[in-house]
Order: sequence, then structure tokens, then C-alpha cells
Amino acid sequence: MNELIIYLYQIAFSLGLFILISLGLAIIFGMMGVINLAQGEFIMLGAYFCLFSMQAGFPFWASVILASLGVGVFGIIVERLLIRFLYGRIMDTLLATWGLSLFMVGLVTTVFGPSEAGVEAQLGKIWFGDYSIATYNLVLILLAFVMLGLTYCLWRFTKFGLIVRGTMQNPKMSAAMGINTKRYYMLTFGLGSALTGFAGAMIAPIVGNQPTMGVFYVAKAFITVISGGQLPLLGTFIASTIFGITDGIISFASTQVVGEICVLLVAILLLRLLPKGITGRFKRGF
Amino acid sequence: MSLLMNRRKFFHTATGALVMASSASVLKAAGADGEPIRIANILDRTGGLNIYSLKQIQAVSMAVEEINAAGGLLGRPIELVFYDSQSNNQMNSQYMTQALVRDKAAAVFAGVTSSSREVMRPIAKKFRGLLFYNSMYEGGVCDKRHVCVAQVPAQQLAPLVPAVVESYGKKAFIIGADYVYPHTTAKWIQKYTREAGGEDIGVEFFPLDVSNFGPVISRIQAAKPDVVWSVLVGSANNAFYRQYESTVGKANIPLASCMFGIGREQVYMSADEAAGIMNTTPFHDDLPTDKAQEFVRNFKAYSGEDDYVGDYAEYGYRGVNIWANAVKKAGDPNPDAVIAALDGVQFDSPGGMVTIDGQTNHAVMDIHRVITNRNQSWDHIETYSQIQPLDTQAVCDLNANPNDNKQYFLEL
Repeated sequence: MNELIIYLYQIAFSLGLFILISLGLAIIFGMMGVINLAQGEFIMLGAYFCLFSMQAGFPFWASVILASLGVGVFGIIVERLLIRFLYGRIMDTLLATWGLSLFMVGLVTTVFGPSEAGVEAQLGKIWFGDYSIATYNLVLILLAFVMLGLTYCLWRFTKFGLIVRGTMQNPKMSAAMGINTKRYYMLTFGLGSALTGFAGAMIAPIVGNQPTMGVFYVAKAFITVISGGQLPLLGTFIASTIFGITDGIISFASTQVVGEICVLLVAILLLRLLPKGITGRFKRGF
Repeated sequence: MSLLMNRRKFFHTATGALVMASSASVLKAAGADGEPIRIANILDRTGGLNIYSLKQIQAVSMAVEEINAAGGLLGRPIELVFYDSQSNNQMNSQYMTQALVRDKAAAVFAGVTSSSREVMRPIAKKFRGLLFYNSMYEGGVCDKRHVCVAQVPAQQLAPLVPAVVESYGKKAFIIGADYVYPHTTAKWIQKYTREAGGEDIGVEFFPLDVSNFGPVISRIQAAKPDVVWSVLVGSANNAFYRQYESTVGKANIPLASCMFGIGREQVYMSADEAAGIMNTTPFHDDLPTDKAQEFVRNFKAYSGEDDYVGDYAEYGYRGVNIWANAVKKAGDPNPDAVIAALDGVQFDSPGGMVTIDGQTNHAVMDIHRVITNRNQSWDHIETYSQIQPLDTQAVCDLNANPNDNKQYFLEL
């Protein structure tokens, strides 16, 4: 029984992590088509914003919110100064965002120093027989799903979401309807950045902060969103679920290394069978 | 032809620019006259392994400045060239060649990981240089152009493992990073644990970029060991200590580690996460000797930083001083002369007397058993005096085979 709980927990945690680190990219790459190679560094920035506001005396949860807002604003600035000139130019975006990632690592190294630094958020633990689970990790899983749900509701039920979806689908038509598409591009990029910053702040207490941490997450995020296919949110959710189950079960039964290999194998297999991603054949939804 | 010239010129300019960008400091000697003796320091100022290097970079330059302020070496000043290897072995190879060929460095103080050392040793051989490897490692390197002034497993683990078995219990679960040092170290921990009457009930390795340890922590809870050994390396791996404390907790299953604290981990972690991990080390900030306290004071004044100094800083400091004493003994800074003079060279270092064993080019030193406290430092438990590098001595004899040039590994 307890063993089963631990299996379920490992799956849920792995799934939660996949959702958390991919959600921002699902918007930035999945919806907007911007290949943001600095995605990992946006996560890193979120972790550092969180650390910075905790050092400034804010409690952890306030720091998480500040980190999301901070990275969101940073994303908007990046969109204004860099990304908006490059919409539709994939190679150029790739190079520019790669340069941005190097710049961000350099900047954070200069400001905070190259050392590792820690954010503390101990919430205690829950015991299941011989096993224990960190309460914080359960909160993280919950919040990953909450964020996914909130993003879905934002797109599905608000006027803002409708306009954004219209703009991303057909910018010229939206502009003809009198919508300021530039503004919505900017806000969407900012929103994706804020979700990425949230992910960074949430994983900071688990993995610790270091300027080069982004590189650990960028590949995972892209693999998840690309495997997801054309419907960013549903695709990311399904891909996260498949990868999370694979990783959770195999990492616990065998080792993390085998778990990660299996995730990559599953991704390769998925893309071989469904070259346009899991949701490639879906006609509608998002 | 003109294309070739252009390429050459380009290459020249490009390397020049790279050096300008990467050699953070060329310490100009002051005080002594004469042609400077040039030495090089190649360490990771950036990248995931920099937690081990940052203080050592400063300690090496402090040692050089102290020697220069005292009139230099053989009446000549020392000039120090620094290269940032960026936690990337390719950089180690490039800068090692540069230091020996272009800078003509009399000695190169370089490397943290075993892989970086193994990249640089052949280069030291090829260009007849001298490599000081100021880092603890798995032992067994038998090479007259390589000197290690830090501890090897027989020095660190022979006292530590029996003490852990006695304090915490017989059943050990070992986890480590997935490369040569942790693999070899895990074998030593298994060997000494069995010799002390204990058993190893699990051994697992993780790539350096793994930062989610949830699954292995659950496996540890399933295996119910008396103690968990960590030979994890690097900042990503250090996430383990956070996750361990938030799930299992050291109060339930204690931790021992021959790596924790080497990268000054206790400074970055909360008191709950860091306190109570047992280790042995040739130096720590709270070592109750005047020599150690003087070093800590001087280093803090020199670096302008007030946090934990640690053993890697001390290794850098003792490495430069051992080399300087060997140069004095030889009367000549050339690598071959210094190598010939190394046997028996001593330095009364902050961690205790260090003597070079000419048979292995490793060091005899004091080892201190410690446990992390809640103040980002260590509580001193006991000192083991003048421990020999027995594991390396058992396989290596440079007096008999001066041209030996390989690394021997422990067979269990």
C-alpha cells in the first residue's frame, strides 16, 4: 500500500515538474512559435528573483509571486527590445535567444556571483509507513496543475484569451478587426515568461540556485512541448503525463539515468509515430 | 599562401583575444628584482564545478603575493598567470598547453576533477612541465611530473569509515556522482566498511547534472540503512542534501560524506540541511591551532570575504608553498630540477605538517575528523597525525620506476 503511494507520488512529482518547466514554453513556443533558447535562463532568473526577494525580507510565497511578476516584466522588455523584430524568422530568433541566454548567465554571475545559493522553504514531511514525502513537493505538484488549469481558463473563458488565440491564429485578420496585435504579442510573451519565472521560483528550494542551472531544463521543456504538438496546453499536458509516468515508474524501480533514457526513447518513438506531435491530428482545442 | 597567412593571423588574433578575455589576472611581481619565475593557475572560476575552485584561486594568488613580499624566490619575483577552465576539460587541455608552451610556466597548479587532471597529465609529460594537482582524488597516479598535496582515500577514509560504522551503524547505502573519483571512492568505502564489520546494502551513481533525487531517496527508505554515504559532486548534485533533509532527515538516517563541505556546501545551505554530516579533512576553519587561525584571518583579509574558507583554499596555499620550498632546495625553478628535489620537501601548512613522499609524489599530512555544525562550519572531533598515502604507495614507486606514467586503480 505504502509502496503504491510512493509510486503514485513519484509519477505525480515527475509529471508536475514536466508541466511546471514546460508551461511557459508551451505559450512562447507552442502558441507564438518563438524558439526561445533562453527558456532555461528564464527559469534560472525566476529562481534568482525568488532568492533576491527573500534576501530582501519577503516571505517565500510572496517571493514566488514577485519572481513571476519580475520575470514577466523582464519577458516584456525582451519582447520589446529583441523578439518583436524577429517574429517568423526562426534562425534569427534561435541565434538571438541563444545570445540572450549567454548574456543572462553572465549577468546573474556578475550580480550574484558564480556560487550556488539556496532558497529555503521547509514545510515538513508526511510519513507513509517507512516512507516520507516532503510536503513542499506535494504543494509543487498541486500548484503545477493549478497553473495549468488557470492558463486553460484564461484562454478558454476570457475575452483576453479569445483575442490572444485569434491573434496567434491569424494576426492580419485580427488587426483588420481593430485589435492591436503587437500589444497582444507582447502580453502573451510576458505571460509565458511569468509562468516560466514561477517555475524557477518553485524549483529553487528543491534544487538550489546557480547561474548555469537553466541548461538542465531547456531541453526537457522543448522535448515536452514539441512532443505535445500543435495544441500547446493539451499537448503539453498529455506529453507531461506520458513522460511523467515513464520517468516516475522507471526512476523508482531502476535508476534516474535509466528513467531519463526511457523518457527520451518514448519521445523519439512518439515523434516517429506522430511526426506532428501527440495533438498533430486534433482538429480543435488548444 | 595568402589564405594561410590570413588564417594564421586570424588564429593569432583570436587566441590573443581569448586570452585577454579569460586570463583574469597576471599578477605582476613587486619587491624582488630579476627575471620573474612564471607559474600558471588553471581552475574553474565559472561553471558547475566552480564551487571547488573559487577560494583556491584566491589562495594561490595570496601565497604568491606572500612569497613576493618576502623577497621572492631565489631572489626572483614570481609571476602568476590565471586561466579560467570554465568547468570544461577542453579548456584545461588548451590552457595547459598554453601555460607550458607560450608562458613557459615553471609549474602549473591546475585541476579539480580527475578527468581534468587526466587531460592535463599527458600535456605535462609532452612539454616536460610540472603539474601540481591541489585536489583530493581517488589516488593511484604514479607520475613524476604530477604532485598531489591533498588527501587520497587511504588518508581520508581509513580513519573516517570505522568511525562512521562505530557511531551510526553497520549498514551503509552509498550514492555518488558517475565518474572515476566517486566510483573508486565508493569501492574504498565498501572495503573499509566490510573491514570494520559493516555491510554495504546499496551503491548508486548519478550523472553530474542530476538534481532530482526523489526516486533514490524512496529507495533508501525502502532499504533502511543505518547510514547514507554521499560521494555526490558538483552544484546540481548538491540538491540531494536539501531533498534528503526534507524527506528522510538526518535525524532518522544520518549522513556521512567525504565530499560534503569540500565545495563549502554548508555555506549555501540552511543549518537544518547542512548540520550533522561527518567527514574527514586535512583542513577546516575551526581547526584549533594558531597556524590554522592565522591562515583563516589572513585569507579573509586578503580576499575581503568573511565566509567559510575551507580546505580547497588551503590546498592551493600549501601547493604553492611546497613548490616554492622545492625550488629553494633545488636552487633552480626548472621543472626537472624541482622534480629531482621534491622528495622530503616540507611545509608547515595551516592544516599541519605536510611532507612530500618522493616514492609517489603524494603528501604525508594530518587528517581531522569533523562534523558540520549549525554555523556554516565544522565541529572538530579528533586529529589523526601524519597519515601516509598508503593506497598509492602500495602501487607506485617512482624511485624504482622514474618513468612510470599511469594511474593504478583499486581492485576489490
